[in-house]
Amino acid sequence: MAQYHQFDALVVGAGGAGLMAALYASKSVNTAVISKLYPTRSHTGAAQGGISAALGNMEQDKWEWHAYDTVKGGDFLSDQDAVDILCKEAVEAVIDLEHMGLPFDRTPEGKISQRRFGGHSNNETKQPVQRACHAADRTGHMILQTLYQQCIKNNVRFFDEFQVVDMIVVDGTCRGVVAVELKTGEIHVFHTKALMLATGGFGKMWKISSNAHSLTGDGPAIALRKGLPLQDMEFYQFHPTGIYKMGILLSEAARGEGAIFINDKGERFMERYAPTMKDLASRDVCSRSIYKEVRAGNGIGGKDYVYLDFRPERINRFFENDGNPRRVDAEYIEKRLPDIIEFVRVYMGIDPITEPVPVQPTAHYAMGGIPTDLNARVLSDENGTVVQGLYAAGEVACVSVHGANRLGTNSLVDLIVFGRRGGKQMAEFAKQAVFLPISQDEHSPAEVILNGIRNGAGKERPGQIRKELQLHMDEHVSVFRTKQGLETALEEIHELKERYKQIHIDDKGAQWNTDLMEAWELGCLLDLAEVTAISALARQESRGGHYREDFPDRDDKIFLKHTNVWNDNRLAYKPVHIGRYQPTERKY
Amino acid sequence: MKVHFKIKRFNPEKDKKPYWGEYDVEADESDRVLDALQTVKWDIDGTLNFRRSCAHGICGSDAMRINGRNALACKLLIRDAVQGGKITIEPILGLPVIKDLIVDMEPFFAHYRTVMPFLINNTTPGERERLQSPEDRERYDDSTKCILCACCTTSCPSFWARGDYVGPAAIVQAHRFIFDSRDQGAAERLKVLGEPDGVWRCRTVFNCTDVCPRDIQVTRVIGEVKAALITGKID
Repeated sequence: MAQYHQFDALVVGAGGAGLMAALYASKSVNTAVISKLYPTRSHTGAAQGGISAALGNMEQDKWEWHAYDTVKGGDFLSDQDAVDILCKEAVEAVIDLEHMGLPFDRTPEGKISQRRFGGHSNNETKQPVQRACHAADRTGHMILQTLYQQCIKNNVRFFDEFQVVDMIVVDGTCRGVVAVELKTGEIHVFHTKALMLATGGFGKMWKISSNAHSLTGDGPAIALRKGLPLQDMEFYQFHPTGIYKMGILLSEAARGEGAIFINDKGERFMERYAPTMKDLASRDVCSRSIYKEVRAGNGIGGKDYVYLDFRPERINRFFENDGNPRRVDAEYIEKRLPDIIEFVRVYMGIDPITEPVPVQPTAHYAMGGIPTDLNARVLSDENGTVVQGLYAAGEVACVSVHGANRLGTNSLVDLIVFGRRGGKQMAEFAKQAVFLPISQDEHSPAEVILNGIRNGAGKERPGQIRKELQLHMDEHVSVFRTKQGLETALEEIHELKERYKQIHIDDKGAQWNTDLMEAWELGCLLDLAEVTAISALARQESRGGHYREDFPDRDDKIFLKHTNVWNDNRLAYKPVHIGRYQPTERKY
Repeated sequence: MKVHFKIKRFNPEKDKKPYWGEYDVEADESDRVLDALQTVKWDIDGTLNFRRSCAHGICGSDAMRINGRNALACKLLIRDAVQGGKITIEPILGLPVIKDLIVDMEPFFAHYRTVMPFLINNTTPGERERLQSPEDRERYDDSTKCILCACCTTSCPSFWARGDYVGPAAIVQAHRFIFDSRDQGAAERLKVLGEPDGVWRCRTVFNCTDVCPRDIQVTRVIGEVKAALITGKID
């Protein structure tokens, strides 16, 4: 028998978007947060370099410049009405965080300190602008801690280490979720008027990934299985500076502070690919450039990586070459980038102050996800039909502000701005809505699936299938894509899905059965990998993070549109909301 | 290289008491201890349970006692952990074990909540940020690094002896606000920490500082809170 709970508003996921939504919803309605992790373990905490807002604390800046940079960064696939909201509300959202106690670094006058970041520019001079508000290189950690602190202050109800495995959707309205209490293995039914999915990304379908083990796309996979579409799944960001082989992220803030890419010949190769922004070009451009260098035989020692160089004397030499009067020293670099310097020391055993750091692109961020409107309401089709009672915000959602490629720092802006809008909207809705009825056996389908996994007696091990999936995705659905590669990937995914039906697990128990939950999560990754490859195969152009070697140009005539994909592999498209900025050639 | 793992196992649905599970794992010396635990779980014995998420020392999920010393399994490399070809892993001490390496974190977070771990400032802020000088910001920087992994608290003999002691992690969290120039809740927090189960249970053993994966000077932080209580001044 399942335990039953009822809340006016319910948030699944306790990262930046979920906590922000819960904070705002809980001001006026009875709200709870369900998270498979303790909230402070959420991956928002791993965000490093900063959160952009045109505060203009360091130099002139305008939210409209931030908006243009975001649209350009997104290769003109971003919906410009959403981008305007993002960049305009970023300013008050960052101030809101400061008022909540977030310990931003400060300028000598005591204002929030800002620094340069990839793709963020002064639109008049075209030069990098200092827009990223930061707390050393642990800005995400500070955001996550601050929001959790505020939730404690406001007595938000938490169900920690409860994993959502199903969503209750009846007659096109969302009415709740089904979750497993990890400690006991018991099933709980949560009945609600307004549900927000804020479960983050799904970067664990790749091997070289900056993502946490827990980022398995539970939310979008559940939405997909409930007949909802996912949008722009072919647009996945590969961050150019993952620690070689491990994928651990080294923040773009390193390059914001002056670090540069170097190839085997010692060349600053980004000068050739992005003559103006150079090493601070957008991430898709940098990742492609790295692999082009590798293909040209310019990887370090002929291998598949390059160097990220943040030795102070090297940074200063390039500042000098650029005519930039700034100079840095070891003390400054250590102060501004303490965490990533420590990562390099711990995981690579080298000192970035005296040695260059081997890096390669790492799977990082989903631009696509569950389609929503400007108030985080989930859409069920390409015509914009709203699913009553269902919301999504953060990486799991696709508003779409990031378009075909997200700019650095904009993920945190997205969490705060759209988490807040979603939270307010949920409260407004829940205040006037009634609880729609749910049946007594809503928990049964999930129970059947979990028991099926628990009692499976096939010969396959989930760990092996996961490994193979990750290798296939790294090989074929990565920075460079082709028709042949994507078709191969799809065949392999289909085969893995068949084998997944034959899995067995070792742990047959109820309490804290991570063997069971990981196997269930693998099913989510397989479903999402399939629709990712399908969406990528259908988009016969190159735009932002989606680069087709067989279609190397952007094709606005045919593909200036968002992809929607369903679980039955059906595809549909919808127009991009163009505003002030007409698509032009994208150069950095 | 081949590494022999000895891992303390306990399944509440089967076992009357804990026992040692032994596993031989093929690992690179530059692998994380966590990677080897994943190998055990994925390739050898799926019943092994432990918490983990980010795998690079930021989320604080995988605190465990490795060769008798608390650490994050994702921030300790095999080459630094292995002793005579062996690595011994137990759950962190002082919190009830639920299953294998998973302990009940609720008492830990309950202590955290007692120190009012949120900014208290009852003035109405303006439209822009509150100002804070770089020096005032620096004053509490060390304690903002805490990721609530519990390595410190569960290495503290005072906490082992008495679970009602708030423990080093909660004191670090209190320090983060007491020394923040924007905060007005120091008196309330110091009242909590001046109670018998507050800072005075700290006997400056330094275990907390030794094991902190974020390199927070925990004992020093606790000392500053003690000084604030004695002098009534926060500086």
